[in-house]
Amino acid sequence: MNFQRLVMLLQSDAGTEIERATGPGGDRRAVALSARGLTKTYVMGEVEVRALVDVDLDLFEGEFVVLLGPSGSGKSTLLNILGGLDVPTTGEVLFRGQDIDGQSSAALTRYRRNHVGFVFQFYNLIPSLTARENVALVTEIARDPYAPEEALSLVGLGERLNHFPAQLSGGEQQRVAIARAIAKRPDILLCDEPTGALDSETGMLVLEALERVNRELGTTTAVITHNAVIAEMADRTCRLADGRIVSIDRNETRKSSREMTW
Amino acid sequence: MVGLLSAMNRKLLRDLWRLRAQALAIALVIASGAALLITSLTTEEALRDTTDAYYERNRLANVFASLTRAPQRLIHRIETIPGVRQAETRIVDLATVDFADFPEPVSARIVSLPTHGNPVLNRIVLRAGRLPEQGREDEAVLGERFAASHGIALGGSVSVLMEGRKRTVTVVGIALSPEFIYLIGPGAIMPDDERYGVLWMNREVMEGAYDMKNAFNEVSLTLTRGTDPEPVIDALDTLLARYGGAGAYGRDLQLSNRFVQNEIEQQHTMAITLPAIFMAVAAFLTNMIMGRVIAMEREEIGLFKAFGYSTAAVGWHYLKMVLAITGLGILVGAAVGSWLGRFNMTLYAEVFQFPFLVYRPGPQAYAIAALVCVAATVGGSAVALRRAVQLPPAEAMRPPAPPIYKRTRFSTSAFARWMDEPTRMILRRLARWPLQTGFSLLGIALSLAVLVLAMQWGDSVDKMIEDQFFRASHQDATVSLFEAAPLNVLNDAAALPGVMVVEGQRGVTARIRYRNIARRQGIIGRMDGATLSPLHDAKKGPLPVPRGGVAISTTMADILGIRRGDTVTLEILEGRRPVVQVPVVEVFETYIDTPIVMHLDTLSDLMLESPQINTLLVRVDPAFKAEFLAALKEMPKIGSVGFRQAVIDMFYATVDKNLNVFIGIFTVFSCTLAFGVIYNTLRIALAERSRELATLRVLGFGRGEISYILLGETGILAVAAVPVGILCGAILSWYIAEQFATELFRIPLIIRHQTAGLATVIILATVIVCALIVRRRLDHLDLIAVLKTRE
Repeated sequence: MNFQRLVMLLQSDAGTEIERATGPGGDRRAVALSARGLTKTYVMGEVEVRALVDVDLDLFEGEFVVLLGPSGSGKSTLLNILGGLDVPTTGEVLFRGQDIDGQSSAALTRYRRNHVGFVFQFYNLIPSLTARENVALVTEIARDPYAPEEALSLVGLGERLNHFPAQLSGGEQQRVAIARAIAKRPDILLCDEPTGALDSETGMLVLEALERVNRELGTTTAVITHNAVIAEMADRTCRLADGRIVSIDRNETRKSSREMTW
Repeated sequence: MVGLLSAMNRKLLRDLWRLRAQALAIALVIASGAALLITSLTTEEALRDTTDAYYERNRLANVFASLTRAPQRLIHRIETIPGVRQAETRIVDLATVDFADFPEPVSARIVSLPTHGNPVLNRIVLRAGRLPEQGREDEAVLGERFAASHGIALGGSVSVLMEGRKRTVTVVGIALSPEFIYLIGPGAIMPDDERYGVLWMNREVMEGAYDMKNAFNEVSLTLTRGTDPEPVIDALDTLLARYGGAGAYGRDLQLSNRFVQNEIEQQHTMAITLPAIFMAVAAFLTNMIMGRVIAMEREEIGLFKAFGYSTAAVGWHYLKMVLAITGLGILVGAAVGSWLGRFNMTLYAEVFQFPFLVYRPGPQAYAIAALVCVAATVGGSAVALRRAVQLPPAEAMRPPAPPIYKRTRFSTSAFARWMDEPTRMILRRLARWPLQTGFSLLGIALSLAVLVLAMQWGDSVDKMIEDQFFRASHQDATVSLFEAAPLNVLNDAAALPGVMVVEGQRGVTARIRYRNIARRQGIIGRMDGATLSPLHDAKKGPLPVPRGGVAISTTMADILGIRRGDTVTLEILEGRRPVVQVPVVEVFETYIDTPIVMHLDTLSDLMLESPQINTLLVRVDPAFKAEFLAALKEMPKIGSVGFRQAVIDMFYATVDKNLNVFIGIFTVFSCTLAFGVIYNTLRIALAERSRELATLRVLGFGRGEISYILLGETGILAVAAVPVGILCGAILSWYIAEQFATELFRIPLIIRHQTAGLATVIILATVIVCALIVRRRLDHLDLIAVLKTRE
C-alpha cells in the first residue's frame, strides 16, 4: 500500500467520502472504485441482451484483481463501465465516492484522462507515432505524468524509444501500450485481455510489466482474462458468468509472473 | 446463379446506400462537369441552329458591298459574275431620328425596301403591322427593339432627318432582320437600342431623299452552293471601284454575324476547357473512394473469389458501383445542363435579336457528356479495380500489412521537438501518402481556380472599360458627321453651348494588305496633340501620333504577320481611292477591335486632300448638357452622338445581367467541386482513422482534441491549396483569355486582390461547412468496438 497516496486521497475533497470497507481477507483498505447494482441491457433489434445483472464490486486501493469468465459473461462490459467508456442501464459507479455515470460526456472524458489507464488486447497504438511519441500523446494532456522515457523503461523498452509500432513485436507493442497507460500515473489501470493476442513467452513479459507497475507504483489494477493461470498472480479473482459475479476469491499468496506457466 | 447475382446486386445497393453521402458528393462533381459540358454544347448547337435557320429562311446574303453611287443597270453585270446566284441592290444610309421625348440625337440606319414588298435577300421578319404601301412616302418599318426602347407602337410617328430634310413618318410595321441580330452603331462597342436602330422605308422615298434615282449604294449577293466567295469579292470590287466601292466582304465579316459566330466559338471553347477540370477531379475522387471501398472490402473480395466468382465478375461488381454513381451524376447534369442551356439561350435572346429560338438539343450533346463522364470515372477507378480483381483470395482474406512510417530528417529537427503529438500525427499522415495529399490539395486548388476564373471576369471588364473609356479617350461625347468637313467645323462645334474642349479626327474605310493577306479596316486620322483621344497603348499608355506611316494594333500586326518597320499596302476606299505603300511606324496594344491610326496630315497627303475630319470629340460642361443636345439635334450634318457615360452604363447593364448570373452559377459549381473533394477527403480520413480517434477518446482526449487531428489535416491542405489555387486560377484565366481572344475583343488578364481574397473566403467557408458536417460524426464514434477488433 502506498501510504502517501492514501494520505493524499484522504486529504482531497472526495477523500472524506471514501468508504472504509472490509476486504474478503479482513484487512481494511480504502475503496478506489465501487460499483453498485450495475445492470446493462443491450437492445439489439427485438432481442434484449442482459450483459450485466445487478453487479456489486469494489476495487481497493493498490490491489490487483483478475476478472475471469467465458465469452459473453459480461467481463468487458463491466470493465468498460468501470473505465467510463460505457454507461450502465441502472446502478452506479463511484470513484472516490463520486458517481461517474451521472455526469456529462465531458466529465467522463476528464475521468478517463485524469484517473484511468487502459490496456487493450490489440494494443491500439497509433501507427504513425513512435513508441516514445505514443506515450507522449498521453503525457502531453496529463497533469503530473512521468517522462515518456521513464514510463518506457519501467516496461523494459528504454532502448526502443524511436521505433514505430510496425517495427515492434506484439509483446513490445503491448508493453508500449502499458507504458502509455501508466505514464499519466493513473489511479486505476484497466486491462482487457492484455495477453490475448500474444504467445506465452511474450505474454509473460507483459504480465511482468503489469505486476511491476502494480507493485512499485501501487496502481489499482483490474485485468480481464480467459486464462485462469493468470489469476494466481492476483490479490483477488472475480469470476463472472451470464452477467453476474459468481464468486470472489482471495489469494493468500500472490504468485509472481515468473512462477507461472501456461 | 441468378439468385447469387441478385444477392451481389443487393449488396451493391446496400453499399451505395451506406456510402450515399460520399457517392452523392462525387455525383455532384460529375453533374457539375456534365452540366457545364451540356450547357456549352447545347447552347452552341442552339445558337448555330437558330442562326442557320434564320439565315436560311430569310436568305441572308453571302457577300455584301457598299459604294457611293452606281446606276441600277450595273446589277446585270454583277449577276454575271461566276458563282453569283442572286443579287439585289438597295439604298442604305445613316439618318438622325428625333423621338419627341428623348433629349439626345438618335441615329438610325435607313434601309430601302423594294417597291414590290419584302426584299429577295436579307428579308425582314414582320413582328407586327405591315410593310409600307407602295408610293407612301410617310410610312416606315421600325426595328423591334428600337421601337420598344422608345415606346413606339404601330401608328406612332417619328421624325427623320434625311440629307437635311426633316420628315415625319408613321410606323406601320415592327420588324427584325437577320442582318441585325447584333446591332451596334458606328464606333460603338455595345448595342444601344435607345440611340441606334434600324428603319426600313420605301425605295422611292430614299431615291428622292438621297438623289439615287435608278441608282443604289449597296448590293447583296447570294452564291451558288460551293462557291468560294473570295474570287466573287475580287470581281465585285473591280466592278464597283469606279463607283466608290468601299470594299466587298463576305458573311464572315458582316458585323452582326461576326459577333454571333464569335459567341458560338466561345461556347465551343467553354465546352472543351472547363468541363475538363471537373472531369479530372471526378476521376480523382472516384479513384479515392473506390480505392477506399476496395481496401475495406478486401476480405469480402477474397470470399467471393473463394466461392468461385470469376475475376471479371468481381471487377464488374465494383465497376457497377462506379457506373451507378456516374449515372446519377449524368442524370443530374443532364437536367441541370438542359435547364442552363435553355436559360443561356434566353440570355442570348436578350442580346441577340432572333425572331425565334431553336432549342432542340439532339442526343449528341448528352451522348458526348455521358461518354466523357464514364471515361473519367471508369478511368479514375481503373487502378483500384485492378487491385481488387488481382488480389489472390487467400491474401485478400488477410488484413493488409500495416503502413510503415519512417522518421524523416524533419522529425528529428529542433522544430519537430516543439510539436505536439497530434500535430505530428497530422504531418506524418500527410507525408506518408504524398500522392493522395497532392491530389486532395490539387482538387481544392482547382475549385479555387475555377472560382477565381469566374470572378476575375468582372475585373477584366472593369479593366477593359477603364482602358477604353478613361485612358484611351477623355471625351464626354463623340459626334460623327455625315460627311467629312474642313477643319473649321471645329470652330462651329466649339461655339455650341457647354462645349469646353473639342477635337476632330478622320475615319476612312481602307484595305490594308501585306503580301497575300488583306483586311478591310478603317483608318483613323488623328491630329497633333490630341489629348481627348490620344494614340493609346494598353500597356505603355499614350504614344505620340507618328507622321509618315501607320500605327497598327498588335492584333492586326499578328493577323498580317508584320512588325514595326515593315511596309504595307493601303488601299483607301474613299475619295480618290489612292493605293500607297506606307511603313509601319508603331505597333500598339488594344483590347477592342483592330484599329489603324495615322497622323491626320499624313492621311490627308495620301488622299491628296486638304485636312478634313468626320468625327468630333467633345468635352461638355454637364450643366449645359441639355442645351448642347438641343443645339446638336438641330445641326444638319450630325450623324450620331455617343455619350461615354451612356455607353459605359449600357456596357455594365448588359455585363451585370449576364456576367453576374454566370459568376453565380460558377460559384455554385466551384463550391460543389470543393465540397466533393473536401467531404470525401474528410470521410475517408475519418474511416481510416476512426480506430485511432476512438483510441484517443478512450485515452481521455476530448472531442475538440480529436477534431483537431481529423480536421487539422484538411485545414492544412486547404490553406496550402490557396496559393496553388490562385496560381492555377491565374493560369486558367490566362488560357481562357487567350482562347476567347478574337479580332473584336481581347480580354485583359487582371485578378484583383479583392477577387482572389473573396474566392479564397468562399472556398474556405466550404471547407468549414464540410468540416462541421463530418465533425458531427465524431460524436458517434463507437469507443468500445475499436478496442475489440484488430485493425
